[in-house]
Amino acid sequence: MKLKIFFIIFFLHLNFNLHSDEKIDESIIHKNLRCLVCQGQSIADSNSDFAMTLKMVVEDLIEQGKTEEEIYNFLSEKYGDWILYNPKFNSGNFLLWVLPYLALIAGGIIIVLLIRKSSKKV
Amino acid sequence: MQKIIRYSIVLLFIFILLVFYNSLNRETNYSTDHLIGNKLANVNLKGFNDKKVYTSEDLRENNYTLINFWASWCAPCRVEHPHLMQLSKEKNLKILGVNFKDKKINALKFLNDLGNPYYYLTTDSNGKQSVTFGIYGIPESILINSELIVIKKFIGPLNEQDLNDIKETIKSL
Repeated sequence: MKLKIFFIIFFLHLNFNLHSDEKIDESIIHKNLRCLVCQGQSIADSNSDFAMTLKMVVEDLIEQGKTEEEIYNFLSEKYGDWILYNPKFNSGNFLLWVLPYLALIAGGIIIVLLIRKSSKKV
Repeated sequence: MQKIIRYSIVLLFIFILLVFYNSLNRETNYSTDHLIGNKLANVNLKGFNDKKVYTSEDLRENNYTLINFWASWCAPCRVEHPHLMQLSKEKNLKILGVNFKDKKINALKFLNDLGNPYYYLTTDSNGKQSVTFGIYGIPESILINSELIVIKKFIGPLNEQDLNDIKETIKSL
């Protein structure tokens, strides 16, 4: 019985610690949000009025229990994807995401063809 | 093989030209025009003079509502104020003023000096409510209909052209 109680308390404690680790780091969110009135700065780097307001809003949303993704969704709905430094994959930016991989594949194919050609000559 | 390399270089060159062409012709000023057509949600604004909280339900009663974000310390707000005074005479339109990060005494002086065009007067003392409207500077104005759909959005002070646009839009009811 004592052993059971010990395990229950132990797992409850473990569960509590695991949840406390899930706390959202505000600074990470601040670094991923663009200050719309600054020149190439995130709100983490800016003390502008807009950045300070946005920091307060992020704090409120975290207190309301919103996840990091929900916070980004809320702000991109209001200000567009431009506010995010790490925008989501969509039809407007798919080239930006896909092109480096395409270039890598095309480069690989050219190298393979060149190697084959040079080995045939030998 | 030589052909493939030659085509690749030509394609790469064309692609770079297209990127430059597209970038040079793109509007670089940030705008929140994408909000046009969206429905406003979670309107929750504190009254300026009373404890009343203004919500979406209050705005649904109007054919059109112009939500105007202003402050006494904002010089362009003074420039657009005569236009707001003119719009306040329109029957189909009610103006909701959101006093943004301002001191009450200064805001009252501003309205006493220049006139009060606002049917509803609310306050956003810390600016947090304005984020739910996609506001990033003032003055900004949002024209919505009775279904709370954003019809037009004006960044910066309203001018003669905007005034005519609004009048034309609200006439169409």
